Amino acid sequence: MGLDLRENVRMALEGLRANKMRALLTMLGIIIGIGSVIGILTVGEGLSANITGEMAALGAQNISVYFQERPDEEDAGNLLSSMTSVWMEEEDGFSDEMLEALQAQYPEQVGPIAVDEGLGSGQVTKGRDYANVYVYGVNENYLPVYNIEIIAGRNLRAQDNEGARNVAVVSDKLVNNIFGGDVQGALGQEVLTNINGETYAYTVVGVYEYTQNAMMSAISTASERDISTELYIPLNTVKRLTGSMIGRYQYLTISSLSTDSQAVASLIQDFLNRYYVNNPDYQVGVMAMETMTDMVSSMMDTLSIAISVIAGISLLVGGIGVMNIMLVSVTERTREIGTRKALGATNGNIRLQFVVESVIICLVGGLIGILMGACLGYFGSYLLGTPSGPTLGSILLAFGFSMAIGVFFGYYPANKAANLDPIEALRYE
Amino acid sequence: MESIIAMRGIIKRFYIGQPNELEILHGIDLDVAAGEFLSIVGASGSGKSTLMNLIGALDRPTEGSYFLDGEDVGQADDLSLSAIRCKKVGFVFQNFNLIPRTNALKNVELPMMYAGVSPRRRTQRAMELLAMVEMEDRMYHQPNELSGGQKQRVAIARAMANDPAIILADEPTGALDSKTGRLVMDLFHRLNRDQGKTVVLITHNGELAQETSRVVTMRDGMLYEEGC
Repeated sequence: MGLDLRENVRMALEGLRANKMRALLTMLGIIIGIGSVIGILTVGEGLSANITGEMAALGAQNISVYFQERPDEEDAGNLLSSMTSVWMEEEDGFSDEMLEALQAQYPEQVGPIAVDEGLGSGQVTKGRDYANVYVYGVNENYLPVYNIEIIAGRNLRAQDNEGARNVAVVSDKLVNNIFGGDVQGALGQEVLTNINGETYAYTVVGVYEYTQNAMMSAISTASERDISTELYIPLNTVKRLTGSMIGRYQYLTISSLSTDSQAVASLIQDFLNRYYVNNPDYQVGVMAMETMTDMVSSMMDTLSIAISVIAGISLLVGGIGVMNIMLVSVTERTREIGTRKALGATNGNIRLQFVVESVIICLVGGLIGILMGACLGYFGSYLLGTPSGPTLGSILLAFGFSMAIGVFFGYYPANKAANLDPIEALRYE
Repeated sequence: MESIIAMRGIIKRFYIGQPNELEILHGIDLDVAAGEFLSIVGASGSGKSTLMNLIGALDRPTEGSYFLDGEDVGQADDLSLSAIRCKKVGFVFQNFNLIPRTNALKNVELPMMYAGVSPRRRTQRAMELLAMVEMEDRMYHQPNELSGGQKQRVAIARAMANDPAIILADEPTGALDSKTGRLVMDLFHRLNRDQGKTVVLITHNGELAQETSRVVTMRDGMLYEEGC
């Protein structure tokens, strides 16, 4: 018997065109379901690429070293508590001797060590011009370890730190606000920085390229001019102001020379913990950026799955809607079914016709859903800073899913149509 | 002469085994030769429709044997019944039963689609058939754009699609005015005369029946030849 698929598809589309409003309402569940799956997958994909990209920009090989509370029995294995850093007594912090010993022990694995201490947020002013800043004291390793690029002048040096000099590396954005964008001209100039009512003068020795954190800029409402950028001064210059102990550190960022930064992290942890075996409360904690990246991606995956399950429920409801309308359609077209059977249609022909119709409804709904989801996803990921479209995989998945819904929910009504008695069907008014 | 329809001792009962079991046909013998134009007349409730459903292979007899152009309808399963209807029977209904939202050409192609004829051949044949019923300039019209007489002509072209053994017409002029009804009857005569097509006409209109070559009457589930 002729299973003319093309003819069936034509008839199904014809039927949809004849009942536009009804078709649209029926498809709504599918449209919303597919649309949200595609939208969420797109945003999730973009977000996760964004976060991992940003983490990589901060140094994918970096390892954070900090102090954490010694876990008691209760929260042993609790990931969150192992990630929480705590403040040690100042004199118990990491010392230069420890770090030198660490580097001497693992010269192949342990790279430059960055340390920093925040002074606070403030404002650089010059006449009527201003630039908002966060002031950080950093050592000479900080900018290279965090991949911050010097575009004019020089990085901070060890001597700047030792002498606690009043020198600064500022962002190109600050140069735009204060020096009219002349990065070379800014070198050697003084910047007057107000922090907590005090004014400090620093000589600009270098300018770095400011890269905007896309996620922060999406959330932040500050205008372009008011965005705060980091102003780096020697660590000891900050320590002298805050009075914190020179040569002791609470937090380290160590660049790994080996690609297996997680292995290097545990070497570091074991080495540094030897200094703290007798401390009853605290121990050394480490976190490789790589681990963070993995965690963030797996969190995003879990979130995507959870939301997809909810979207799946919407698809289920949509499928039931399709089934309902197909049952109505079968009843409305009882005479047509009878006529077709009289003209020689087999039960299989009729079943196929209605399954195709149901699949077409779902596919058209799915297509609209994909378009809507792509728009939503694009808009959402645009807001988060990385505009992205749906992946081919998610489109194929959505298509396959709508088709499966069409077959699954169309089968029962189609079977009902196929099993109609032709005599009864022809007599139906 | 060769029999197209050969019915022997046909009994049809409904609700078998239930308290309201009902026997509609009480043992019918009917032979229709190739090329005959037969009309079956009878009042409503006489069993006329039940007999028509059996002739058209829409249903199986409870007892008795029925061969339609050599095919054993009595023993056929559902799939074979579909095939018999497809190839051997051309239905023409009182209310046309054209498939809505499907143009005249596609309607005529439909039985050929179910018969597995290739799209090109069935379009070609459908065009020829529509030309035969003088509907070639309305091929692409939807059923709701056609008058009653035009619809019935399309339906007749559709009935002829698979070159069936019989044309089974159930009150084909019942929904038409007398003038268009006349045109439709002329068309049946032409098919019968020019193409030697066997036509079975079911009607309660004695006047129409009189113009056919043979008339049989249904009365209370029994069949009587005219004049008996």
